[in-house]
Parts: sequence; structure tokens; C-alpha cells
Amino acid sequence: MTLADNQPIPGTPLFGGEEAQRGYALNRMCYSFNDAANRQAFREDEDAYCARFHLDERQREAVRRRNVLAMIEAGGNIYYLSKLVGIFGFNVQDIGAQQTGISVEAFRARLMRAAK
Amino acid sequence: MATIVGAVMTSHVPAIGGAIARGVQGEPYWKPFFQGFDKVHEWLDEARPDTVVVFYNDHGLNFFLDKMPTFAVGAASTYRNADEGWGLPQVPPFPGDPRLSWHVIESLVADEFDVTMCQEMLVDHAFTVPMGLLWPGHGRRPVKTVPIAINTVQHPLPSATRCFKLGAAVARAIESFEEDSRVLIVGTGGLSHQLDGERAGFINREFDLFCMEKLVSDPEALLRYSNRELIERAGTQGIEILMWIAARGAMTHGVRRLHGNYHVPISNTATGLLLLGNVAAE
Repeated sequence: MTLADNQPIPGTPLFGGEEAQRGYALNRMCYSFNDAANRQAFREDEDAYCARFHLDERQREAVRRRNVLAMIEAGGNIYYLSKLVGIFGFNVQDIGAQQTGISVEAFRARLMRAAK
Repeated sequence: MATIVGAVMTSHVPAIGGAIARGVQGEPYWKPFFQGFDKVHEWLDEARPDTVVVFYNDHGLNFFLDKMPTFAVGAASTYRNADEGWGLPQVPPFPGDPRLSWHVIESLVADEFDVTMCQEMLVDHAFTVPMGLLWPGHGRRPVKTVPIAINTVQHPLPSATRCFKLGAAVARAIESFEEDSRVLIVGTGGLSHQLDGERAGFINREFDLFCMEKLVSDPEALLRYSNRELIERAGTQGIEILMWIAARGAMTHGVRRLHGNYHVPISNTATGLLLLGNVAAE
């Protein structure tokens, strides 16, 4: 990669080795949600479930706040986080709106405008 | 000997699977997308593939960060779909083609592609949604399958050039397979979209249309982009264009563009469809 290739892209997280290491516990918990019984266990006792997967304080707080940008900052990967936010009833438009700081209606309208 | 009959590149947005499950393909939101497949169905009736080789990316159903293969080739007799965690209805299993799988694996490794071999491999929406688009209705999948997963989860990802070369190596494998099998190449994913970060919702129509044109006429033009440059232009998940590039790489004898469709948006994604005929098989 050239030097220029390491420049960040604004508003665009890239999930590399550093992030994968930082977010391992959180992503591992999210991966467990492929199993319906685990989703139910999380719903029944969120604290205990997060503790079982050894989330660090920052990850636990991001999950508690249902805040996707904070989860990503704590090393979460969007493919795995999708399984967690699904438990909260969020779809990809909901989390798009949350991350961009606009309403879901405004986020949907933005997507529709891209058609033109 | 086996023949490559053509290639289909298509988006694999999970919401498409939801729409199929609910039977709403004819509704105004969905129709412009689904009707793009009418021509593909007509063509498939003529082309009659026996096996489909599918380049797709797993989204955390089969692979976790504990072991993340760059390229993984299925070698199973059956591939099961499973719960992805956020409610997409599951579909029945897909038959494999183990003889072709092992031939492809032997040939790829001899060709210096040191792939991961999988005798168990759950296939997620990136595999099942395109299969449902190509053969609607669960009773109508007259094909065996060979899934090839390319990592798009954990960077570093393989480059566009590497994926293109993988496709070419898969084509060499197929075309040296001794059975008289008719093989369809499928690449799934994209086009531009981004689910994460403050730039979530990013779509780039101009770049998508550029890619769809170059994939037909001049695929090498796409190989000069680094993955960072592709993500800048197509969004974080728009990097799934790598699956299309791998599929195009498998069309080594030249292509004829038989059909295409581009529709924005489905869910958060710009969707594309390309049907390419293999000039050598005409």
C-alpha cells in the first residue's frame, strides 16, 4: 500500500487488525447471537451476558447506550453488530439514522434521493 | 470437459430475501428490482447449468474473527443456511458438487492459491438470496453448487487484482474438469453501500455505473483501484464489488453483455445485475 492508501476516509471505519483485537470480546458476543437461545439469554439478563463475554467498560457502556458509533469505536464490526442491534429492534435504516444524527424518515429520504 | 456457460453478478441485500419470503416482489418498491431477473430466467432455461460456482462474502454466519480465511472453497455434499441473528427466514439446504469442489481445490493450490477447504460451511444471505433470485421457488433449483467465500470482514482484504486472478484460476480449474458439466459463475454483493460510520447511507451511482460498464468491456480498468480507493468510491460494504471482479475474472474467453439492471435503493444499497454470456461457449 502507498502512504496515501493509509489515509482515513471521513466517516468510514475500516476494520483492521488493531480494531479486530480491540473489539474481539464484543464481536465474539455478537457472533453468539446467531443462536436464538443466546439472544433470549441476553434479553433476560444483559449484564450477566455481557460479563460472560468479558466486555470491557467502554464496550459495555456502548451497548448499554445502544450507540452504534460508540460500539464501532470500541472495536465492534458492523457485520457482527448487526446481530446485536437486531435484538434492540433496529434495522439498517435505524442504525443509519442514528449514526448520521438524522431521523429515520430523513435517512430514508436521503437513500431515495440517491436514485436520481 | 466442463464448460462455463456464463456469469451472473447480482446484489444480495438481505431485505430481498425478506421480500421473497413475504411474496411482495410485485409491489412498487420491489418490482423494478425483481423484474430485472425475468431475462435471466429465460436465459437460464436455455443455458441449463448443472452447477453454480458462487463467489460471495460471509457476514458472520460461518466465519468468525478467530479464524478468518481470505479465500474459502466449499467441498461439502450439502450446504445449509442458518439463523443469522436478525430474523431473515431460513431456506432449505443446497446440494454441493464435491467432485468439482475437490478438482477446483486441487487446481487452485497447484496454481498457487492456497485456499481454505471446508467440508462444513453454512451459507448466509450472500449465497441464498442470489440463488432465490435465479431460481425462484424452493422446488426449482436444478443445480449443484460450489461456494467460494472471499473475506470482506477483516482487513487486509485481497486486492481486486488478486480476486480477478482467483476467478481466472477457478476458470482454468473448471475447464480442466473431466465431466461434461455446464457451469454458471455467480458473483454476489454490492453495489455501492455503507452501513457503518457517519457516512452511513453513502451511495455512488456514477461509480456503480462505471463499474458495470468496465466489468463488461475493460475489467482491468477496475484493477488499478486499491481496496481503500474502492471503499472511498463505493462505501465500506461496496467493497463487495470484489465478488463481481472475481466472477468476471472467470470469464477468460471474452464476454457478451446479455442483460443488465441497476436500481437504487433497496434497503441501504444500490443494486445491480449483470448477465454475461461466454463468447467461447456460443
